[in-house]
Amino acid sequence: MLPATLLVSAGAIAYELLLMRALSIVQWHHFAYMIISLALLGYGASGTLIALFRRGFKAHFEVAFSASALLFSITMVACFAIGQRVPFNALEIVWNPRQFLYLSALYLAFFVPFFFAATCIGLAFTCRQSQVSRIYFFDLAGAGLGAIVVIAALFALFPQDALLAISTMPLVASVLMCSRSRARRTLFAVQFAWLALLFLGLPQQHLDLRISEYKGLAQALQVIDSEIVAVDSSPLGLVTVVDSPTIPLRHAPGLSFSTQHIPPEQLGVFTDGDGLSAITRVDKGVESLGHLADVTAALPYSLLDTPRVLVLGAGGANDVLMALFHGARSVDAVELDPRISNLVKTTYADFAGGVYDDPRVRLHTKEARGFVSRSDSRYDLVQIGLLDSFGASGAGVHSLNESYIYTVEAIREYLDVTAPGGIVAITRWLKLPPRDSLKLVATAAVALAASGAAEPGRQLALIRSWNTTTLLIRNGTLGPGDVAAIREFAEPRSFDTAWFPGIEERHANRYNILDEPYFFDGATALLTGRAAEFMERYKFHIDPATDNRPYYFHFFKWGTLPEILGKRKIGGAALIEWGYLILVATLVQALVAGLLLILLPLSRVKRSWPAGTTLRSGTYFLLLGLAFLFVEMAFIQKFILFLSHPLYSVAVVLSGFLIFAGVGSAATTTLLRKFESDERRMIGLAVGCICVIALSYLLVLPLVFDRLIGNPDLVKITVSVALIAPLGVCMGMPFPLGLRRVAETAPDFIPWAWGINGFASVVSAVLATLLAIGFGFNVVILLALMMYVASVQLAPR
Amino acid sequence: MKSILYLIFLISFAANADDGSYETARAEMIDQLKWYARHVHDDDDVGFGDDVMSAMRTVERHRLVPPDQRQFAYENRPLPIGYGQTISQPYIVALMTQLVRPDPDDVVLEVGTGSGYQAAILAELVAHVYSIEIIEALAVRARGDLDALGYDNITTRLGDGYYGWEEHGPFDAIVVTAAASHVPPPLIEQLKPGGRMVIPVGSQFLTQDLLLLEKTGDGEIITRQYGAVRFVPLTGKH
Repeated sequence: MLPATLLVSAGAIAYELLLMRALSIVQWHHFAYMIISLALLGYGASGTLIALFRRGFKAHFEVAFSASALLFSITMVACFAIGQRVPFNALEIVWNPRQFLYLSALYLAFFVPFFFAATCIGLAFTCRQSQVSRIYFFDLAGAGLGAIVVIAALFALFPQDALLAISTMPLVASVLMCSRSRARRTLFAVQFAWLALLFLGLPQQHLDLRISEYKGLAQALQVIDSEIVAVDSSPLGLVTVVDSPTIPLRHAPGLSFSTQHIPPEQLGVFTDGDGLSAITRVDKGVESLGHLADVTAALPYSLLDTPRVLVLGAGGANDVLMALFHGARSVDAVELDPRISNLVKTTYADFAGGVYDDPRVRLHTKEARGFVSRSDSRYDLVQIGLLDSFGASGAGVHSLNESYIYTVEAIREYLDVTAPGGIVAITRWLKLPPRDSLKLVATAAVALAASGAAEPGRQLALIRSWNTTTLLIRNGTLGPGDVAAIREFAEPRSFDTAWFPGIEERHANRYNILDEPYFFDGATALLTGRAAEFMERYKFHIDPATDNRPYYFHFFKWGTLPEILGKRKIGGAALIEWGYLILVATLVQALVAGLLLILLPLSRVKRSWPAGTTLRSGTYFLLLGLAFLFVEMAFIQKFILFLSHPLYSVAVVLSGFLIFAGVGSAATTTLLRKFESDERRMIGLAVGCICVIALSYLLVLPLVFDRLIGNPDLVKITVSVALIAPLGVCMGMPFPLGLRRVAETAPDFIPWAWGINGFASVVSAVLATLLAIGFGFNVVILLALMMYVASVQLAPR
Repeated sequence: MKSILYLIFLISFAANADDGSYETARAEMIDQLKWYARHVHDDDDVGFGDDVMSAMRTVERHRLVPPDQRQFAYENRPLPIGYGQTISQPYIVALMTQLVRPDPDDVVLEVGTGSGYQAAILAELVAHVYSIEIIEALAVRARGDLDALGYDNITTRLGDGYYGWEEHGPFDAIVVTAAASHVPPPLIEQLKPGGRMVIPVGSQFLTQDLLLLEKTGDGEIITRQYGAVRFVPLTGKH
């Protein structure tokens, strides 16, 4: 039973992560988040089912477990295929109520497999109460291994192929349990048939990912003669290269109206079906790319002579080409995704004019902040280009994404690697009303002030075209000669200046005319001592992003919502940050559905436990569910910067917490015996350790990270695991200890405990994100610790 | 086969969607657009002219959208038309048309035929409309629908809108209905001095604002942006 529990648990977490990946490709990531969080309610609902029919289940434990595992295996594939057929269009949801029906259909489709997975685990807890600690160990260890397995599988396989591979885990679990059951023959027959279908007869086209026709990739493929010429999948994303020979792609954001240069043809590189990055054809030498001088991002080159350039987020290498076009002495190009670098460096090297073979260029496959924090070099220019698509940016799709590229700490680090007189240049899509650009001005001002600048405004310049803005942050002040150079660059190209030292209103809003000089007004307020009052009164959230609250793309303010909704039919819909609202909707849905699917049916179960158990123990398991995920999510964020990669952080922290919590769980029996302690005392001890360790980490981790960030990945991963281990071990104890108490005093309450804990986990993922957006990750950790402390008082008697 | 499907569709919607009800729906849509024009536009620049409203009242939008969307044709919202494309919401179409200030003698270029609705509106107001579509299936469907509606002053073709349609240029106005990362230089070149170009900015279902590009008599380019930003004061109490 224990190995089967491990396999089902591994399959469940692997399926969850796989769905996140697949739905991010097919739809947009926040809908993936919404669908998964609700689907996880299957965990809670299974507790209800077990509570309602526990006698029957106890009598036929093996059969029930085996059948549930088999159904989990079948439905994880079947529901994936069904989900692909639901014509849900996320973008239309604001206009068409029918989309809510489709969304509900998706919930239902993905709810089913999780329901069967959770039934297996819940059955194990309920029917084998004497082994609670060991079951919990195998459950958590399985989840930890599942996370590692699916990430490894996604490096080698496309998501739809990885799905088939992970569906074998619960199938094996079903076989293991089946060997002990009486209904062996029937189950064996179905297992065999399913295995045969899985590997011999399942039509692949039912599983192929159907990308939304409104994503950039699908749109590009509609063009005559366009075709996919390369595709590669990894946990970092699905990278697709599109060639359109008849009607070539020409991607040049912010190109001046007065340019005489047409961009050459390009290959489109899409990540997860969106996020266009272009590889430019260079067949007549880099000097033929005149259009690269006529975009706002070229502004810093008007102030620098043969600069040493650092390009962060090199993508298709356009910023590298821009640097070479402007005579850069050297270019360090940093790109996170090795597959995208390889496209430019190897696969399409000839097409791209061998840009990465140029002796001046060095390519680094690294995460931007990780590279900068470890760099000993000094640059004259740190260039950060457009890393996201306009459509995604405009629709608030990124509003839930953490970004460590645009925080106060990030800008300080960029300035640290900038030589005196050098420049950090950041280009963003222009949004109306202004959001990104003003938030960036506010962030840069705080970063400069923190670095000791008396007048940050003297070190900044902001220009804009009709769809891009470029902000310059100088390591030093901008003098009259610099200002003249900025104006000489901007004016002939019809770019508007929004800020430079000494700017007056007459210099702003001259070529791309807005009703009011919004950018000039905003920058002036932010840089002339009125920042706090302006940010308070502004209709969008433009307070600087920090590493503790790395939500640069979050602009939502509740107070603005009614006004914008009122203007929905005359263009107001585009002003709403949908990502944030969807997160709030997800929380509300999870609460309502949790009440309906878990707590309401459970309330019908006949209560055979002492009075007060429901409230006391129910709250205990609720708090544990919330607190565990709060800590886990906050530490995933904390380790992103140290491990220099979000994927490493998820894999190491998630698996680490789960596996070590499993170890903690398994150790409880031994510890109780060795110290002759009771469960309640042990819970108090574990919570005490959690608080001490977590609080000390809040203080110590920044110092440890700073000291060790320059080490190789393997060393950092080892250090991370060592740091997570003690916290994970302690966090794994309160749940099984509580369950042991319940097994002794109120055994029928166990399905409740399982259901409530599952419900809390669903809510907690969404709630933690909302709290982090509002108050930062440190507050999330502190709240978790308060909940742990409260749980000691409520531990089951 | 297509005609059989059409017949089935007509029967299924006969009860509530005959030509009369479409006409009523269209009239209601016009009232709604006028209401918006009265209540949200604070200057004459983007208030809707009688000629634009008349064109909106004339063009049978329901005959230019896919059959499964006809019942929504006169709602003020964008509709999917297949192939990852949309027909803009009537309010945006009216605003775009108004912004190009159509004149009966004008020759207009449209980049992105899509459903053909914007071309049809313009064709009611100007001498001739040239329209280019990049997606073959849409180009074919729109041509068929526009022919069925009797528009002989719209010339369409399948091809790359980036280079405009030089042999018919320069144009008095250019309407770009597809979002782009930049305004193609050849289009600016094919715009007459004094001409106007309108481009929607945003994503398929969420038009953020409209970019109006004007070429002055001496060839200088000035742009203005129109959108919800006009109606939302950016600072204030909340």
